Amino acid sequence: MEKFKQFDSTIMPLNIENIDTDQIIPARFLKAITRDGFGDNLFRDWRYDSNNKLIKDFELNRIQNNSKILLAGRNFGCGSSREHAAWAIYDYGYRVVVSSFFADIFKNNALNNGLLVIQLDEEKIKHIFEKVNKDLNILFNVNLKNQTFSSYDGDLKETFEINEYNKTCLINGYDNIDYLLSQKEKILNFESRNEK
Amino acid sequence: MAKTLFDKVWDNHVVDYIPNGPSIIYIDKHLIHEVTSPQAFAGLNNRNIKVYRPDRTVATADHNVPTIDQHLPIKETLSRNQVETLTKNCKEHNIDLFGLGHKYQGIVHVIGPELGITQPGMTIVCGDSHTSTHGAFGSIAFGIGTSEVEMVLSTQCILQNKPKKMLIKIDGELNNGVYSKDIILYIISKISASGGTGYFVEYSGSAIQSLSMEARMTICNMSIEMGARGGIIAPDDITFEYIKGKKFAPKGDEFEESVRSWKKLKSDNGAKYDKILEFEASDIEPMITYGTNPGMGIKINESIPEKSLNSSNESYNKSLKYMGLSIGDQLLNKKIDYVFIGSCTNSRIEDLRIASNLIKGKKKADHVNAWVIPGSKSVEKVAIDEGLDQIFKNAGFEFRQPGCSACLAMNEDKIPKEKYCISTSNRNFEGRQGPGARTFLASPATAALSAINGFITDIRNN
Ligand code: SF4
Repeated sequence: MEKFKQFDSTIMPLNIENIDTDQIIPARFLKAITRDGFGDNLFRDWRYDSNNKLIKDFELNRIQNNSKILLAGRNFGCGSSREHAAWAIYDYGYRVVVSSFFADIFKNNALNNGLLVIQLDEEKIKHIFEKVNKDLNILFNVNLKNQTFSSYDGDLKETFEINEYNKTCLINGYDNIDYLLSQKEKILNFESRNEK
Repeated sequence: MAKTLFDKVWDNHVVDYIPNGPSIIYIDKHLIHEVTSPQAFAGLNNRNIKVYRPDRTVATADHNVPTIDQHLPIKETLSRNQVETLTKNCKEHNIDLFGLGHKYQGIVHVIGPELGITQPGMTIVCGDSHTSTHGAFGSIAFGIGTSEVEMVLSTQCILQNKPKKMLIKIDGELNNGVYSKDIILYIISKISASGGTGYFVEYSGSAIQSLSMEARMTICNMSIEMGARGGIIAPDDITFEYIKGKKFAPKGDEFEESVRSWKKLKSDNGAKYDKILEFEASDIEPMITYGTNPGMGIKINESIPEKSLNSSNESYNKSLKYMGLSIGDQLLNKKIDYVFIGSCTNSRIEDLRIASNLIKGKKKADHVNAWVIPGSKSVEKVAIDEGLDQIFKNAGFEFRQPGCSACLAMNEDKIPKEKYCISTSNRNFEGRQGPGARTFLASPATAALSAINGFITDIRNN
């Protein structure tokens, strides 16, 4: 996993609720056996019509701002457990998803892949949408170490929650599997206690 | 301290607590399939390690397999490659595989229970969100991502934060024509597609206890559709009776001993929940969804409401536009094009019995394409032995071979753009059943009778 560094970026606003992982990456693109290249098909059926023509007014096509922050409506990432959704978002270039509410499995999948999720109050999210819709060029700063998300115009400075373990993993690029492998003895003990 | 059923099973599986972090949870059974496992095996190979407990891992091919001519090589290259990769990985790592052609092959959440792999008190995970199905047996079962599949393959453990606990209690007697699918669609319509997020749900009450195991599985299966990590139901005599004699279930004295310990798996009096919801069974009627998330459901004779819970007007209108519907529309008598009876929600033998019983001697409407996809080879076999396949065929339905099929439309079984499909599956998301497909979720009974009439039908009027 790549280390998560603080950065500045504009925001890609996607004001839709209940964005499910079938929308993020439709099932027909899950046939690969590697983790690469899923970004090409991120939001496939919103970005392209059935003749593979770009749908011009969809946000990701309309707004070309190379943003690393995806701002989305409530209950982002619901539905299927496919981790391909997190891979697709990361591969497309986002490093953070901001929403008022995330589905549980998606949250785990994101963090396991170096993709930060920032959860803020519904009202705050609304405010950011309004702000960004007025001016798409506003820069925001994401600082994981301080757990802050702020705008350069000085209007917004939010702190967000993340547990210490996940934070340490993201900042240092640590890998959960290395960690679990290092706990082998405890696992063996557990097994010998529980298996007759 | 009084504990909930969930606490008991969870606490039994904690290997260690990480301060200010998740817990290390031991996994009793790991189910894998072709779509979400290849990258995890690749990870193991990169580290040069083997699967730690192949004896606790079971594999099947279901998500991406054809439902006709399963004896022939899979035509499509990418799908064939994915299935072959699973076979290769299982061989290399010594994992039991119930692949295409095997008599136990089927949808992962159908075969676990019917083979007796799923047992009370276990922790069960799979790279598929509907792993929640197995909670019907009083186990903690939930879906995981591929990184987590890799964790379990390499250490038989996973890192998880303990979810909050919700109790959903349904008392009373169910109305005629109401099936467990209606119960769960009703609950989700009341609390929305995100109402259970952050929670693990225990279902209880006399209406739940009266249900068969297969009906309980349908309820737990769709827990994820309200955002919950999973659902759990305390095991009882119905559970033990179901497990008895199953292929991988304990036998003889060992079974009796297991039952004695399984009987302790229930919530203590006074156990604390973070949230409790109560519903009356008599309020539940046959249900159907009209929108693009499972929370958008109504009683079958209601009309489309002005808005739905936890959805902005914009999202709501976008959803109705996708469905080609408007506020105030009635769904009853609406013409449909496809009927899909299948998926891990409703493709068990009981579902096929209910559906075939209703259509026996009748013919489907000419304009309808009706597919029945049994959940597993075992279900298929019983259906054939009982002559259900003939009933379906005589009615003009296609009776196909087991797999996920049009539930997620990864194989060729896709609903065409803008066509209406009554589906017994679990998700009505945009494009879920094929790009542009329009899905109405309902029970197998509603689906089957609607195929006969060619329009959405209230089974109580037939
Ligand atoms: S039938 Fe559908 S929901 Fe069930 S495991 Fe297959 S794809 Fe997932």
